[in-house]
Amino acid sequence: MWDWIKIVALGLIALFAALAANFARDLAYQVHAVLIMLVAAGLFIWTVRRADEPRPATPTGYMDGVIRAGAIATTFWGLAGFLVGVFIAFQLAFPALNFAWAEPFANFGRLRPLHTSAVIFAFGGNALIMTSFYVVQRTSAARLWGGNLAWFVFWGYNLFIVLAATGYLLGATQGKEYAEPEWYIDLWLTIVWVAYLLVFLGTIIKRKEPHIYVANWFYLSFIVTIAMLHIVNNLSLPVSIFGSKSVQVFSGVQDAMVQWWYGHNAVGFFLTAGFLGMMYYFVPKQAERPIYSYKLSIIHFWALIFLYIWAGPHHLHYTALPDWASTLGMVFSVILWMPSWGGMINGLMTLSGAWDKIRTDPIMRMMVISLGFYGMSTFEGPMMSIRAVNSLSHYTDWTIGHVHSGALGWNGMITFSALYFLVPRLWNRERLYSLTLVNWHFWLATIGIILYAASMWVTGIMEGLMWREVDAQGFLVNSFADTVAAKHPMYIVRGLGGAMYLTGALLMAYNLWMTAFGKHHAATVATPAE
Amino acid sequence: MRSPRNDKQEVETTGHSWDGIQEYNNPLPRWWVWILLATIVWGIGYSIAYPAWPLIKGATPGLLGFSTRAQVAADIAAVDQANAALTTKLASADLTTIKDDPTLYGYAVNMGAAVFRANCSQCHGAGAAGNVGFPNLLDNDWLWGGKITDIAYTVQHGVRNEQDPDARYSQMPAWGEILQPEEIHQVVNYVLQISGQQFDATLADAGKQIFADNCAACHGDDGKGNRDVGAPNLTDKIWLYGGDEATLTKTVTYSRFGVMPAWGLRLSQAQVNAAAVYVHQLGGGE
Repeated sequence: MWDWIKIVALGLIALFAALAANFARDLAYQVHAVLIMLVAAGLFIWTVRRADEPRPATPTGYMDGVIRAGAIATTFWGLAGFLVGVFIAFQLAFPALNFAWAEPFANFGRLRPLHTSAVIFAFGGNALIMTSFYVVQRTSAARLWGGNLAWFVFWGYNLFIVLAATGYLLGATQGKEYAEPEWYIDLWLTIVWVAYLLVFLGTIIKRKEPHIYVANWFYLSFIVTIAMLHIVNNLSLPVSIFGSKSVQVFSGVQDAMVQWWYGHNAVGFFLTAGFLGMMYYFVPKQAERPIYSYKLSIIHFWALIFLYIWAGPHHLHYTALPDWASTLGMVFSVILWMPSWGGMINGLMTLSGAWDKIRTDPIMRMMVISLGFYGMSTFEGPMMSIRAVNSLSHYTDWTIGHVHSGALGWNGMITFSALYFLVPRLWNRERLYSLTLVNWHFWLATIGIILYAASMWVTGIMEGLMWREVDAQGFLVNSFADTVAAKHPMYIVRGLGGAMYLTGALLMAYNLWMTAFGKHHAATVATPAE
Repeated sequence: MRSPRNDKQEVETTGHSWDGIQEYNNPLPRWWVWILLATIVWGIGYSIAYPAWPLIKGATPGLLGFSTRAQVAADIAAVDQANAALTTKLASADLTTIKDDPTLYGYAVNMGAAVFRANCSQCHGAGAAGNVGFPNLLDNDWLWGGKITDIAYTVQHGVRNEQDPDARYSQMPAWGEILQPEEIHQVVNYVLQISGQQFDATLADAGKQIFADNCAACHGDDGKGNRDVGAPNLTDKIWLYGGDEATLTKTVTYSRFGVMPAWGLRLSQAQVNAAAVYVHQLGGGE
C-alpha cells in the first residue's frame, strides 16, 4: 500500500516538474525542474520495480549505512568547497582568472556563494548530519528512529545542495549572504529539515540511557534553531510559480536585521553549537577520558544558546540600524565570550589527562589545534563586535580572516578528526591506512591556516587604516583602488595558505579511501555494523 | 579552578556513562566564573551609559547621550569648521588667478585630490590616466577645453547627462544608418591615413571626399577636432575608444555617447572648484 502511495506521489512530482520545465521563465528554474523531473522519474521506476517484493525484516542494530554515505559526502563536498575557495582566492589576486569564455558562470560573484555554501552547508552540514546520526545512536543505545527516513534526510539534503549550487552558477540568488537559495529550494530544505528533526528527536525519545548526553543537547539546539532561522529569514513571495525570482517580505533595515540575526546565528548554531556537539563526543572518545566538568557543560550550554541569539546586530554597527539595537548586539557578544570558552575549556581539560598521547596520536593533535582555533576566534569575535574595533575592522579582510580561522581551524579540524575516528569504525577496519599521512595533513592544514589568518589580519588592518587615513586638513589620503593594490601580496599568501589546506584535505581523502576500500583490506570481509 | 595539587583521582564522576563516555563532577573554573560575571556587570553598566533598551516608543538614550550619527556629524563639523575660512574663499574664488594665493591654491589641490579619489577615480583611474571611454586627464589632449574654467564647467555640468540642462552636449551620428559599409571602410582608411597609421591608399583617397562631406563639419577639414562640440582630434594618435581599424569601424558605424555626471548637483561649489584645480595641475592644464 505504502509503495503505491509513493509511486503515485513520485509520478505526480515528475509530471508537475515536466510542466514547470516547459513553462519556466528562467534558465536556473528550468534546469532545476528538469533535474527534479529526472530524480522523481528515476525513483518512480525504481519503486515500481521493487513494489510488492518481500521486504527483509527490519534490522535492529545501529543504522550505519547512512553514516557511511555521509562520511563520503562530507569528504567530497569538503574537497569541492576548498577547491572553489582556492580558485576564488586567486581570482581576487589575479582578476584575469575571471575568464571571458566562462562569463558569467565562473565569475567571482557567482563562485563566491558556491564556495561559502559548499563549505558551510555541504561539507559542514553533511558532517553535522552524519556525526549527529552516529552520536545519537551510540549515546542513546538506540537505532535511528523512522526507518529509512534518515536516508531521505541524507539524499534530500544533498539534493538541496545540488539545487543551491547549480542555482548560483545559473544566476538564481536571493542576494542574502549564506541564504542565497531561492524560494523553492528553501521550501525543500524546510521539508528535509523537519524530517531530520523527527529522526533525531525520535531516536532520543526511544533511548535506553536514562539521561540525554551533552552532545545531543548541542545537536538538538542546532537543529531547532536552524529551522527557526531558516524559515524567518527566507520569508518571501515568488514573482511567479514558474520562475526562480522572489521578493523578500521584509525590506530596508528590518531586512538587514533579520538577515544578520540569521547570519550570525548560522555561525552560532550551525558552526558553533552543532560542532560543539561533535566535539563533546569525539574528544572524550579519542582521549578515552571522561568529560572534564558536567557542571560547566550545563552552564555554558544554556548561556551560549541564550546569548548567541541576540548578537546579530553587531554586523550592522554604524548603519541605518538604530544605536540601541547595535549596543545590545555588542553587549551580548562580549558577554558571550566566556560561555563560548566553556566548550574549549571542557575539551582541552578532557584532553589534558592524555597529553602524553599527543606525541603519538596526530588525531588528538588535530583536536587540540581545533579547540585552540575555536578559543581564538571566539575571543576575536567579541572583540570585533565592540563598536570602536568594528569601525576599523568592518568591511575589511580582517572579517574574512576571522571567519576562516574559525572555519578552517575549528570546524575543519574537528571534522577531519571525526572522519579519521569514524571511517575505520564504520568500515570495520582495525586502524587507519596511514598515520603518517594524518600527520602530513595536520601540518599542511595548520600552516595553511596560519598563512591564511595572518595575511588577512595584516591586509585587513592595513586596509581599515588606509580607508580612514586623512591628512591634516581632513581630506582622504587614499582612493579605494590604492587599498586594492596594496593588498595584492597578501592575497597571494592567502591563496597559498588555502592551497596547502586543500592539499592536506586531498591526503585525507586518499587516506580515508584506502582505509575503507583499500586492497590490502580485501581479506577482512566487512560485516556490516548494523 | 581547583588547586593544581588536587589529584584528578579525587574528583568523582557523575555516575552516568554513554557509549563509555563518563563525566567528571569538576566545579566551574573560578576564573571562568569571575570573567563571566565581570562581562555581565560591564554589560549592565555599558547599556546604562549608552542607548540600549527598547521601550514602547524609542529606546533609552543612555547617560552619555551618545549617538553614532552625532559622532560622525561632530567629526565632520570639526573638520568643516577648521577649514571654513578657506572653503568659503575657494567657493567664490576666481580660478584663473587662484595661483596668486599660495595658501588657497595648496588647499584647493589637496581638497581636489581627495574629491578626485572618492568621486572621479572610478572612471578616470586613481592616477587620472583614464581608461577606454574615459579620457586621460594627464595629457594636453582635451575634448572640451583644457583651461581651468573649461575644466570647472565640465566638472560642474558634466557631459551628455540628462540631469543638467547646461551639460556639455553633442552627438555623433551612427553613420551605419547613413553611409554604405564600403563608404565606412573608405573613410576609416582615410582616418588611418591622417592619424599616421598603415592604410590602403585607394580606399583612403575615396574616403577623403566622404570625410569632407560628412565628418569635417565637426572634426574639421584637417581632422584636428573642435572643442566647441567635443569632437576629438583624429590626428594625434590619442584615442578614447581605440584607433585600430576594427574599433574605428565600430565607432563610425554605431557612434559613441560618453556620459559624465553633473557634479555640481552632488558636490559643493568649493569641491567642484577644487576638483578643477586638481585636474588642471596634473600636467595638461592650459
